[in-house]
Amino acid sequence: MLTDAEFAYVAREVKARCGAQLTREMSNVATQRLSPLARREGYASASEFLNAARIKQDDKLWAAIAETLAPSDTRFFRDKGAFEELKTHILPDLYAKRGGGVRVWSAGCATGQEAYSLAMLVEDLRSEGMPSAEIVATDMSERLLDKARSGLYTQFEVQRGLPIRKLVQHFEKVGDLWRISDRLRARVSFEQHNLLQDPGMLGRFDIVLCRHVLSGFEPSMRAATLERIAGAMASDGVLVLGAGEAAPETQAFAPSPIQGVYVRDAAWARAAA
Amino acid sequence: MKRCLIVDDSRVIRKVARRILEDMNFEIEEAGDGVEALQACRRRMPEAILLDWTMPVMTGIEFLKQLRQEPGGNAPVVVFCTTENDVEKIAEAIKAGADEYMMKPFDGDILHSKFSEAGLC
Repeated sequence: MLTDAEFAYVAREVKARCGAQLTREMSNVATQRLSPLARREGYASASEFLNAARIKQDDKLWAAIAETLAPSDTRFFRDKGAFEELKTHILPDLYAKRGGGVRVWSAGCATGQEAYSLAMLVEDLRSEGMPSAEIVATDMSERLLDKARSGLYTQFEVQRGLPIRKLVQHFEKVGDLWRISDRLRARVSFEQHNLLQDPGMLGRFDIVLCRHVLSGFEPSMRAATLERIAGAMASDGVLVLGAGEAAPETQAFAPSPIQGVYVRDAAWARAAA
Repeated sequence: MKRCLIVDDSRVIRKVARRILEDMNFEIEEAGDGVEALQACRRRMPEAILLDWTMPVMTGIEFLKQLRQEPGGNAPVVVFCTTENDVEKIAEAIKAGADEYMMKPFDGDILHSKFSEAGLC
């Protein structure tokens, strides 16, 4: 069990490195999650490991700690209403404006369920004669990205949010696991990216989903992150936040008639340029 | 309040599912096999049926095929709840008229997700 001082220290470092806020109630979970990492690095306990990390100030080690402790809960088609809006309004409207070539960013994708849900939705729209969309999914954790890229999910994971017909249509059973089809895997490119850094190298996006990622951020840090995201969006791009998440604390986005959906403000873009 | 018929030969599974579904505001009836389930449906058709596959007397799939032939038998939303987890079995259940399919073991989150997919909550 971490002491109060140890937990306060690790929480401060994690927040500085990835923005995630760890609350005091997470102390037990933090110890449980850090213990296997500590063993792998050759330390007898999480406390001993943290002490060494503090002295060494090794960025790779701290990145691994932040990855391990940042919340990463996800599921297929999380907040069904958002996917319904994407399918019926947001994507068809952008396809109509652009005539194709739409780029979508799943920011903070964890193990990939949101990105693959998007890929299924794009497939559905393609079968109705619409163009395709390019999906880029990012997370700071290489460990989570490896799982996302594998497209392999447990029976528990495929039963959370995924309708059974979609499971049969897009997955095959591999031993005790379920693997998403190569066709859908090819639709998503997974990249390592920390939301506290400039996303410029990822290119320009028409739609960004950043859901249940920034909830734990402090308002100022959340606003700065959303402004970095806005900088990587088309001037009429669309931002989708998670159900129940607060509106962006920045002028970069204006509300849309759809709850949780915001439009990049072109005026903000001019002011920032 | 919506009614759900839990059809499973395991008393433990029925008890666990009952507890979760009662928390989701369903009124519960139980049956231990397909024949008992058909009798219950003929007395009063439920809105939802949580259905095991392998049971004595009449299996879940036999029950489902018969149910869909009964007067009003197309109305209940049927969610399979079974250890059968091969794609072929799932496809067979959908073809027979299942609305959703849940693989055991399950927890409250999965049951809630499946009932939500099926439009029951």
